[in-house]
Amino acid sequence: MTFSQETEARFERLLSSYPEGRHRAALIPMLMYAQDEVGLVTQELKEEVARRCGVTPLQVDEVVGYYTMLRSKPMGKTHLQICTNISCLLRGGDKLWDQACHKLGIGHNEVTADGAVSLEEVECIGACSWAPAIQVNYDFRHNVTPDQLDKLMDQLRGAQ
Amino acid sequence: MSNPVNLTINGQPVQAPPGTLVIDAAKTVGIQIPAFCYYQGLSLQAACRMCLVDVEKAPKLLAACTLLVGEGMVVNTESPAVVKARKDMLEFLLSNHPLDCPVCDKGGECELQDMVFRYGAGESRFTEVKLHVDEKQWSPVVFFDAPRCILCYRCVRICDEGLGVKALGITNRGAYSEITPNMGTHLECDECGSCIDICPVGALTSGIYRYQTRPWEMEHVGTICTHCGDGCKTTLGVRNSEIIRGNNRDRSGINGEFLCIKGRYGFDFVNHQERLQSPLVRVDGKLEEASWSSALALVAAKFSSIESAGGKIGVVGSSRTTNEENFYLQKFVRQGLHSPHIDHRRSGDVAGLLDALSGKTGALAATADLYTANSLLVIGADLAQQHPFLAFQIRANWRHHQSRTYVVASGPVREDSFATRTVQAAPGTEMDALAGLADSLRAAGNLVIVFGDAVQGDAVRRLVDFGSGLGIPVKYLCLVDYSNSRGALDMGLAPDLLPGYRPAPETGMTVAQMLADKDLAALWVVGANPLEKTALASSSAFVVVQDLFLTETAQRADVIFPAASAYEKNGTVTNTCGEVQRLQKGLGVMGAKPDLDIFALLARHMRLNLGATQPDKIFEEIRASVSGYNVAPMVLATGGAALTNPVNGRVPQSAAAAIASSRDTLFTSGTLGRYSKILGNVMEAPGGLYQR
Repeated sequence: MTFSQETEARFERLLSSYPEGRHRAALIPMLMYAQDEVGLVTQELKEEVARRCGVTPLQVDEVVGYYTMLRSKPMGKTHLQICTNISCLLRGGDKLWDQACHKLGIGHNEVTADGAVSLEEVECIGACSWAPAIQVNYDFRHNVTPDQLDKLMDQLRGAQ
Repeated sequence: MSNPVNLTINGQPVQAPPGTLVIDAAKTVGIQIPAFCYYQGLSLQAACRMCLVDVEKAPKLLAACTLLVGEGMVVNTESPAVVKARKDMLEFLLSNHPLDCPVCDKGGECELQDMVFRYGAGESRFTEVKLHVDEKQWSPVVFFDAPRCILCYRCVRICDEGLGVKALGITNRGAYSEITPNMGTHLECDECGSCIDICPVGALTSGIYRYQTRPWEMEHVGTICTHCGDGCKTTLGVRNSEIIRGNNRDRSGINGEFLCIKGRYGFDFVNHQERLQSPLVRVDGKLEEASWSSALALVAAKFSSIESAGGKIGVVGSSRTTNEENFYLQKFVRQGLHSPHIDHRRSGDVAGLLDALSGKTGALAATADLYTANSLLVIGADLAQQHPFLAFQIRANWRHHQSRTYVVASGPVREDSFATRTVQAAPGTEMDALAGLADSLRAAGNLVIVFGDAVQGDAVRRLVDFGSGLGIPVKYLCLVDYSNSRGALDMGLAPDLLPGYRPAPETGMTVAQMLADKDLAALWVVGANPLEKTALASSSAFVVVQDLFLTETAQRADVIFPAASAYEKNGTVTNTCGEVQRLQKGLGVMGAKPDLDIFALLARHMRLNLGATQPDKIFEEIRASVSGYNVAPMVLATGGAALTNPVNGRVPQSAAAAIASSRDTLFTSGTLGRYSKILGNVMEAPGGLYQR
């Protein structure tokens, strides 16, 4: 399996940052980078990453099954994560969640028909001080109001 | 050794070396801390939380399985908080457990059952619907019942660390966590069944044993596996003269709890439908059932007339019959039939090694040495295939003691993954590859050299010279194929050697010479299959065969006696290291007789008096007369293994014996393996996991 030059360069840097014989430490970041490029973790990808990190495909499976940020099915072009954990909940996170579901017509871990946006209800993303918080791919948005969320969703769908 | 650490457990003063775990320290004073995931010899997991203990000044309960002893530590394993924690833990473990003990194979020997019995949680507050997952079959030997699993990771660790197979993992998380096989829906592994035996509950069950019996209905007979030459003890579960399982959970024997597929499941040839159960005599070209007395009388008359006419009688002995049988057989042939022509299939140059070690003491390795040596050199053998227990020992040594392993092989072997150095050498060039390793081997301080049939004849002498030249203590291990290959040679089943490697007065024919001799008058084959690929040159030879099955050799026979397998007799066998151990009769199979009984009956028909015919008495004779076998009887009587050191002097070898291993894999075992359904049913390519 081959990746873009950029990703390959990242992998190389990643593997060289751990001592010889400890390449399994690169497993999670490598899966994340690869997922960003491929869009999801495929069986082929698991086997490739296993080979590069010196573990068995089953050991990659264990990690992929454990971490929710690693996905075995395709997500939308933009992945929208809304926190409904305690701090965000108290500041209206649950309402943001309902609003997003309603507007996009999809639920937890689902993708819009056009493949533009996918939605995930997440536990604490570590931005309690700026609750309610949401995550758009890797970017955080703080103190999100229903209005802002509405605009964001329009934008995401329009950008398609 | 640094100063011991002083601590107090339940008010008792305890001393333990630094680095000891509290759970182990408690054991030394007779205090048992319950645990599921903690397992001696495997990495620490701290998953089950059963071993929580109260430690003074610690803010909360700590897991004794990962807690190191500390000076002045005060531990309480029975405080109210601990008692409650255990009970809660068990209630938690039982929350999704199906509680199907009445139909569970593990019932009666289940660690979860025992723990709940002892520590409580008789009632449950869990009122939700339990998560049910259907049971799955992963291979002919492994079944998985997920709801019973308590996620202790023992199976994952024994497969990964112990065997080096890494066939099991845990996918998903929380309540949905599940043991998963490496191929998604099925297993591709060694099929050793270690995961099943190590499972504290009934989550992993055995395809052979499941739903067959309750554990308390069986008799447990500790005997020695009849397959390869490693001499593992297998405890047979026998009910109504039927072997239902093999395992070694009591960790007795040289192998601890290790067993491969053959030791754990390969006993099923015993009741194969093609098993011979009556003597057969050739009448008008066809083999027909005959009575024991008529068959014995026929053979006795024939042997007597050939012997008095001066005809040549060739005898091929077995690598699986007991020392007592082999000793008696060579006496029968040499003294009774006055024939020097006795041999067996040779699979390793043991005689060459003993000869080369002439004058050295303590140079023969025991299986335990593979676990304790600083370094190991494996030449020309794929141990994971041919000697799984030795491979396990070497791996455990590397895991526990960071020993160094050096491999000289012509292809990939499992040891490559952790070997300090692997040298690829084409067959025949193994010895040339050694020179480059000398410096690193010397640095290790001591060494065990393990070699297969790639090193034989003059090469053995050169190997010993190489070892001696290192200037460090070196022990040697010559690999042989089957459960008593070593004992067969020790007992003089060789044309040029008497028991104890004394020179035979007259050198007889080797197996190959017997088969090629056009004038051979009779061929007597005991538990061997020399005609598997070679035809008998003498068309008129009278052929007598003792075997369990109608092998290629038996098909050429004039008379066949149905023989008992190793699981159906008493006696002793000697493993590839030269450790002698006792067989214990587990069952009887109707119609078949132990080879020793057949010899004795034949001797009586021929009016020969060859001494005692009871295994124990013959072993006394062996102890008294065979060099190196003067082992302590108590060691054997109590199920132990005694290392024999057969000879310290030159071994005269006048016959040019062909030495070749049959190169069995994990799933073959010579002729016997062909009659094991389970060995035939596993789908894997042996060694597939490391040979790709």
